[in-house]
Amino acid sequence: MGWQKKILRVDLTAGTCVAEPLNMDWANQYVGARGLATRYLMEGMDPAADALSPENNLIFANGPLGGTMASTSGRYVVVTKGPLTGAVACSNSGGKFGAELKFAGYDLLIVTGKSEEPVYLLIEDDDVSIKSAAHLWGKTVWKTEETLKAQHHSEDMKVASIGVAGEQGVYYACIVNDLHRAAGRSGVGAVMGSKGLKAIAVRGSRGIRVDDPKRFMQVVKEKNAKLWIDPSRKGLTKTGTLAMIDVMQSFGGLPTNNFKDVQFDGVGKINHKAVTTKDRNGHQNLITNKACFGCTIACGRIAHVDKDHFTVSNRKEYWHASGGLEYETAFAFGPVVGVDDVNALTFANYLMNEHGMDPISFGVTLAAAMELYEMGVLTLEQTDGIPLTFGNAEALTVMAEKTGKFEGFGQELALGSKRLCEKYGHPELAMVVKGQEFAGYDSRAMQGMGLGYATGNRGACHLRHDTFTQDFEDIGTTGKAEACKTSQDDVSAIDSVGICLFTASAWDLGDLADQLDAACEGEWTAERLRESGERTWNLERLFNMKAGLTMADDTLPPRMLNDPVKTGTAKGNVNELDVMLPEYYSLREWSESGVPTDAVLKRLDLGAFSL
Amino acid sequence: MFKSLHIDPDKCTGCLQCELACSLEHTGEFNPARSRIRIFEFEHGLRNVPYTCTQCDEAWCMQACPVSAIDIDTSTGAKDVAESVCVGCKACVSACPFGTINFNPDSGKVDKCDLCGGDPKCAEACPTDAIIYGDADWSGLDKMRRSAAMTQIGR
Repeated sequence: MGWQKKILRVDLTAGTCVAEPLNMDWANQYVGARGLATRYLMEGMDPAADALSPENNLIFANGPLGGTMASTSGRYVVVTKGPLTGAVACSNSGGKFGAELKFAGYDLLIVTGKSEEPVYLLIEDDDVSIKSAAHLWGKTVWKTEETLKAQHHSEDMKVASIGVAGEQGVYYACIVNDLHRAAGRSGVGAVMGSKGLKAIAVRGSRGIRVDDPKRFMQVVKEKNAKLWIDPSRKGLTKTGTLAMIDVMQSFGGLPTNNFKDVQFDGVGKINHKAVTTKDRNGHQNLITNKACFGCTIACGRIAHVDKDHFTVSNRKEYWHASGGLEYETAFAFGPVVGVDDVNALTFANYLMNEHGMDPISFGVTLAAAMELYEMGVLTLEQTDGIPLTFGNAEALTVMAEKTGKFEGFGQELALGSKRLCEKYGHPELAMVVKGQEFAGYDSRAMQGMGLGYATGNRGACHLRHDTFTQDFEDIGTTGKAEACKTSQDDVSAIDSVGICLFTASAWDLGDLADQLDAACEGEWTAERLRESGERTWNLERLFNMKAGLTMADDTLPPRMLNDPVKTGTAKGNVNELDVMLPEYYSLREWSESGVPTDAVLKRLDLGAFSL
Repeated sequence: MFKSLHIDPDKCTGCLQCELACSLEHTGEFNPARSRIRIFEFEHGLRNVPYTCTQCDEAWCMQACPVSAIDIDTSTGAKDVAESVCVGCKACVSACPFGTINFNPDSGKVDKCDLCGGDPKCAEACPTDAIIYGDADWSGLDKMRRSAAMTQIGR
């Protein structure tokens, strides 16, 4: 077991909701979550279809360990074609929503078609209905969740929804569940909006069985103990991911002012020490940590904005606690836009969650706009009178809100860096791969990261490979292609099991396989998981190629390839993608132009998808 | 020696491992909806409060039950529901001032914490010691100690 062995298909055009058995052949090949949903996506749509058309599928998926006592079992994924990238999108979220969907009885929820009128989906175990969202359309994520819980007299209900950003097709709109957990990247929220689907509200009471409960609990206790004593786990519990900002500052890979620099003078005002120290007003930003479903790490941050800060002093509705800064949000509202006001960063983070937008893409898009403003390409007239200068905290928070509400210059920022920079004649300023903005690691200081960005199936992303150790130990390119390829396959497997990547410091694929083996039928080994991960990676690649992407999309912006990094450990370096990419293709058994060969497709049982 | 569950909401991260362990113990499945301990989340997750039966000495549920389905487990002090006797009338649900005895639509009976016969799985599963199973007669001592510590501030 492990799987509920049932999926739910919702056709918004026809207005039907139908449950059907999970395809166990596919589950055995792709495990669950990311891999399995990609298989269903490949079956359900033409990859060449427009991401914002009714032809796109929007899939919410759990893994076989999801909802069990395996630590971090609350992860779910949203798989669809991303409007930001035109590539496969797979956004991962925590909180409690995913597990609740599984407790309602479903491994996957597949939404197809488009509703003419705004709707929300109500799932209470076997009772599934499509309901009018006329009263919710135009509301924020926070208001939507509050309204649905009140309307259904259920504080226990779990809700995933979009804000106005998703309704209006902001290219990096996300889907937010449990108020501040998000399937964040690639614009999955815009897909939901294009289907007229405002929210999904779930209550579940169908238990999840495992094959051998006694053995499963023995294994889980052993693995949880291993995770508990892991130093990285301890660090995540104490500081969240924010501690990374000091690491990247001293290493010299912290993207600053739209990636012009890699070190940021204001880092001491927004790091872990800053959020845990009382300021002059006696205000401390960070309050406590918070776990997602089933998670024994609890890296989530709960913070609050100083009531006297200019962003909220007249807005009492923001005086409550909510999700606080982690590394990527701190990078995206901090160094990359030059802002060092921790209250402004925290408020911008609130706005992202409230309106449903990806902080990384928003921050890097704003950074590009700031560079255009600095060059005089954008002027005050276009930016609603707000000077878009690097370091302007007001520009950050005002533009975050304008974009979330799709007003004024926010409608331009809604385009994302690539489309914005192309529109204003400077495509080279967009810090993107396949249209998706970089995360907070500079590709010139970290060669493996650059290769991972360039070959990422959902565009630039720091969560699709893991070459941190190699990059910190060696600023060169040696061994990076191998490390990138292997970790991409491993991460694909982890994302398919239904647990969190942050267990990876303590658990290898063998530790996951042990838990799967006790929970599910069949024999599960590390080798089987790794092969499944490689299969998923190649299937995503095939989806992208059928969507029209080519090796020309496996590249980095000219700034990364031509402009040497000015300071830090890797001073003077550019990213040597031309050295790594051929080696990477070869290791993948792909052709020189990046096309999976028939041999690798046959080995992975993907022959049917040959191009 | 009677033991009781000591719950410290300040230590709870809201991970729900306790709900999973409880439901597995009592239903053989992972199913938080059937857990007898529940975590309630307030203010965007700022506070996470574990809540379950406190095993009152003169239990309202026990006194309200018209068929005497609720009895004291003399080894633990837990008030146990005898499923074979319970008629699912829910008088106990109305009587309990804390809401910690509940109707289970799957069985047609009521469920409440039975301290797992003296080995509560919620406490075992809690990673942060927000739930511990200890001597009933020092259940308030930790809180007393914290209050006592605060009196030094004015010195």
